[in-house]
Amino acid sequence: MDSAYATRITVTVNGEPRAVAIDNRTSVLDLLRERFGLTGTKKGCDHGQCGACTVLANGRRVNACLALAVAYDGASIQTVEGLAGPGGLHPLQGAFLRHDAFQCGYCTPGQLCSAVGMLTEAGPSAVTADLTEDPPLTPGEIRERMSGNLCRCGAYVNIVRAISSELPPGGELADPVSATSLGDTAPYPPAGRLAEQEARS
Amino acid sequence: MKQFTFARAGSPADATRQFRNGAAYLGGGTNLVDLMRLGVTAPDHVIDVTGAVSDEIIAYDGGGLTIGAGVRNSDLSSHPLVRERYPMLARAVLNGASGQIRNAATVGGNLLQRTRCPYFQDVSMPCNKRSPGSGCQATAPGADTANMAVLGHTPFCVATHPSDLAVALTALNARVRVVSQAGVSQARGMAPDGGRWVDMPGLHRLPGGAPDHDTVLRPGELITEVELPPPAGGRQTYRKVRERASFAFALVSIAALLDVGPDGRVRDCRIALGGVAHAPWRALAAERVVLGVPPAAEVFAGAAEAELRYAHPLAGNAYKVTLARNLITTVLEELIP
Amino acid sequence: MSDTHPIEGHRAEGRDKVTGAAWYAFEHPVPDAVYAYPLQAPIASGRIGAVDTAEALAMPGVLTVLWGGNTNPFGTENFELALFERSEVTYRGQLVGAVIADTLENARAAAAAVRVDYAPDEHDVVLRADHPDLFRPEKINPALPTDTGYGDVAAGLAGATVRVAATYTTPVQHNNPMEPHAAIASWDSAANHGGSVLTVYDSTQGPTADRDTIAAVLGLDPDQVRVVSPHVGGGFGSKGTTRPHVILAALAARAVDRPVKVAMTRQQMFALAGHRTPTIQRMALGASADGRLTALAHDVLEHTATRTEFAEQTAACTRVMYGARAMRTTHRLVRLNVPAPSWMRAPGETPGMYALESAMDELAVALGMDPVELRVVNDPSAEPESGLPFSSRNLVACLREGAERFGWAGRDPRPGVRRRGRWLAGTGVAASTYPARRRPSTATASAVDGGYEVRIAAADIGTGARTALGDIAASVLGVDAARVRVVLGDSALPDAPLAGGSMGTASWGSAVADACAALLKDGEHGSADTADDVAKDEGWARHSFGAQFAEVLVDPLTGEVRVPRLLGVFAAGHIINPVLARSQFIGGMTMGLSMALFEETAVDATAGGFVRADLAQYHVASCADVPSVEACWIEEVDPHLWPGGGKGIGEIGITGTAAAIGNAVYHATGHRVRDLPITPAKLLAPA
Repeated sequence: MDSAYATRITVTVNGEPRAVAIDNRTSVLDLLRERFGLTGTKKGCDHGQCGACTVLANGRRVNACLALAVAYDGASIQTVEGLAGPGGLHPLQGAFLRHDAFQCGYCTPGQLCSAVGMLTEAGPSAVTADLTEDPPLTPGEIRERMSGNLCRCGAYVNIVRAISSELPPGGELADPVSATSLGDTAPYPPAGRLAEQEARS
Repeated sequence: MKQFTFARAGSPADATRQFRNGAAYLGGGTNLVDLMRLGVTAPDHVIDVTGAVSDEIIAYDGGGLTIGAGVRNSDLSSHPLVRERYPMLARAVLNGASGQIRNAATVGGNLLQRTRCPYFQDVSMPCNKRSPGSGCQATAPGADTANMAVLGHTPFCVATHPSDLAVALTALNARVRVVSQAGVSQARGMAPDGGRWVDMPGLHRLPGGAPDHDTVLRPGELITEVELPPPAGGRQTYRKVRERASFAFALVSIAALLDVGPDGRVRDCRIALGGVAHAPWRALAAERVVLGVPPAAEVFAGAAEAELRYAHPLAGNAYKVTLARNLITTVLEELIP
Repeated sequence: MSDTHPIEGHRAEGRDKVTGAAWYAFEHPVPDAVYAYPLQAPIASGRIGAVDTAEALAMPGVLTVLWGGNTNPFGTENFELALFERSEVTYRGQLVGAVIADTLENARAAAAAVRVDYAPDEHDVVLRADHPDLFRPEKINPALPTDTGYGDVAAGLAGATVRVAATYTTPVQHNNPMEPHAAIASWDSAANHGGSVLTVYDSTQGPTADRDTIAAVLGLDPDQVRVVSPHVGGGFGSKGTTRPHVILAALAARAVDRPVKVAMTRQQMFALAGHRTPTIQRMALGASADGRLTALAHDVLEHTATRTEFAEQTAACTRVMYGARAMRTTHRLVRLNVPAPSWMRAPGETPGMYALESAMDELAVALGMDPVELRVVNDPSAEPESGLPFSSRNLVACLREGAERFGWAGRDPRPGVRRRGRWLAGTGVAASTYPARRRPSTATASAVDGGYEVRIAAADIGTGARTALGDIAASVLGVDAARVRVVLGDSALPDAPLAGGSMGTASWGSAVADACAALLKDGEHGSADTADDVAKDEGWARHSFGAQFAEVLVDPLTGEVRVPRLLGVFAAGHIINPVLARSQFIGGMTMGLSMALFEETAVDATAGGFVRADLAQYHVASCADVPSVEACWIEEVDPHLWPGGGKGIGEIGITGTAAAIGNAVYHATGHRVRDLPITPAKLLAPA
């Protein structure tokens, strides 16, 4: 590898530091899949248009396909492989299983990482009526916030149910630290089910 | 993707010093990496400027806001001052792209994102924007023109600008701080020293005969911040019409503001349209019709007419004229106090 | 191996999918692999001239460039898979070569440096109703008669009290599974198989057929080829036939003597992974005052490629739906410089039911009759075209049940009169149908370590087949499903037909049930081959039916359409696994909603190809578009099906949705759009 076009980087992936020399053109997605053998994160379109490659970078959900690995030197990346802890599956993984929130499974890792990230994003969305409030996560809010993750099998209604079922009572967002820290066996606070609201624009 | 060297810049001076022919500035990567992978752009040196410019939003004396070019879209839309004082801006950003893209994309990069015209994106097609003089496939018979411009286009280019943020900033009379190698501004709130301000509208160009220039920026110029004037009075909003309910570019969008004075006459009106032109379209003719008179449906209809009289639809996009007209009238009516 | 395999959630492979442990084609850890990046023709018709690979070969990491000049002919009739053999280009995007390199980035960068000269000639890519080259194909997919009819349609129309004549059009559509087509090919020249062995990690709807095709194209015996495909990230028809990248991977791996990985980019899929033909469908209906159809004619125009013929069976559904006194269905094709169309979820029924069920709605409006009642009045007692008795048919029950659940009673039929704020509101109904067939299959079942193992080269493409087959086995064996393990997705397993045509569960399930019954007799092992049984399946018209109801909101000033409610009620025999079945139904309906409102691949006449070739432009429904999709079913006990009693449910969901939504849009606005997708542009157009 010509060293002018390659860079030595260190990224922390699911809590584990990894130092590697990479071609500058390498995306975080291809770094994970082709170099690290972490194939859980999926390539659906490679252009940020489907969300199948969603990972958490420094706690924020992003599309790994548009992230140049060299620009993420020093970052902490969490992938689907890092959601479960020694105590078991992440609560959202359990919810996806219970609610049959997937079919072919290819969009699923991206849906899960996106949902984990989404649940830490306070503030309004495009469907929030009052911008100055942090709205509760109604099904309509969840749908909008998860629209960066396409599912061709059409599992959306179950995905929304699964996510809704894991919200803390009252709809407050989960504490970001407990939602994403690794090896943390404490799941989300026991979930209450939000009342379904009639979906009207 | 062509091989490239990579460096991080620690300041605007650092970034502009590194810049040369064949280099590109990297923000969040959500547009640049996309284009590099398509082969539309092929820099051999990539300069990460996310650490070179401010990522803060600061209220300045007089009541306006300075937004660092490195602010991520999602941080912009969730900022309390933006939500309270410039709601059309927050709404515009929230309506753009997806949550994942908004988390990575920077304000500077959003402004400089390039058209999503399919002929521009396909390097096997002729395109005057990508390759000056090669032609415009979108103007050939049978081309897919449903998403092309209806205002300000020329036979050289009929593409539209995709940014929602830019439309709102155009309506808000924002201005953009730009530095180049010759003069460098200090980062982070110190008095600019050199560089220049570019008003919006005015940053983005209409295609004319040179659609390869999206903006008035010269090669190597770097956006360091966006400045918003003190908030206007009245009510404002951003509305985006798209085919699917989320995660899609605008068919037509509108950023609108209406301020009615105690005398019952409009004292401030801003209208900017997205999805209709090579640049965010500030509807000045429409605004002139509305200013100074009591707000009413007929006035807004007349305003829309004044603005769209010079619209020139293509074979597949006449609906955009109707849509723009309806958005101007409907949204302004909703903003009447 | 433990003797129980408890399922977490509802699917046997669920944990693997939610933890990212499931391997899809490109992800199998094959050591020493390199990458192939395809080269495509940018012209729609013409010849390949000189190819200059010198610059590409000199680039970092490049092992070789494959093209017609350095590869051998295949000796196969399969035009799509005889890679690089001809210098003829017949569609834009055709594979003309590939770069093999050590990394993805190096392969792709070098691809841009390969110089190919082309001599383009005139191309034609536009399907039009007056095309002079329309012809009558000998048959339509899969093997149905092209034209059918009975009675005198002209007289039936002339004598009708009310007539509807309308043309419906649907665009090019693309399957767009979330997982791009991908394969890893690895040759193993170890002596123990008596020659080279080719292993292909593929994403396929049918490992057996895939293996057979690959072997035939490469001139190998089938037992020299193994296809491994345990998980498939969606197919919807596009992975039902072997695609060129698979042959490319094998070719490349042989050329460089290393395993080769190839994945189509999303953009490349639009030319190389198949598509659904556009359709122009002329409907003519006549009815007497009581709504009974005096004539029903469905004439279809479609396209195919110049070298490969595929005729979508678009009007086949009309042959089974309603008892008209006179009927005609016809199909005509034109060969265009387009990639070969092929299967996309419910081929035939999807576009055909859109036209038929929209025309029926127009007829109901013209008659002043409730659209549910119109369908009830025309419910036939036998299959109209063939006269065969239905093995079971409960369309009317679905309509009635659905109408009640949806709140259809007392519906004001007047269009354009209901408002909710800025929205106009409307409701619509449409029928759904899909044939219920099965194909021969083999399977084995064995007692292993206190549990049971079922082996069959079936495919689980998201349907839940792995789980449903386990349920069937457990039920025959009389044990808990946790004691059964199903192994599928590998051509080394007992031969099985494709996942397709909604035939998977019935085909494989029959063989699995028989194998388990044989195991019970034997105690250790059982095997089955259902070919003889399946050959006796004639004599009945076997179809699933359903009714779909849609509520839409339309903003008349912007043309935006939203679908707050979708309901489907289906009658599809015995439902084997309720949770998985519901997911299939709602998945199909979601795809139908997407088709109704968003999906279109544009065809550019001058450039000669498909435009909107990515997921930002080809819109599939997003989460925000799907607030509420409900599905339920009426259990049918049908003694004329296979013993498991199911009819197949993977496709019926999509067949009725577009018409239900289009009919609801008419009810909301008074505006009848007869061209999918129903976009704001069409609703804003002068009526």
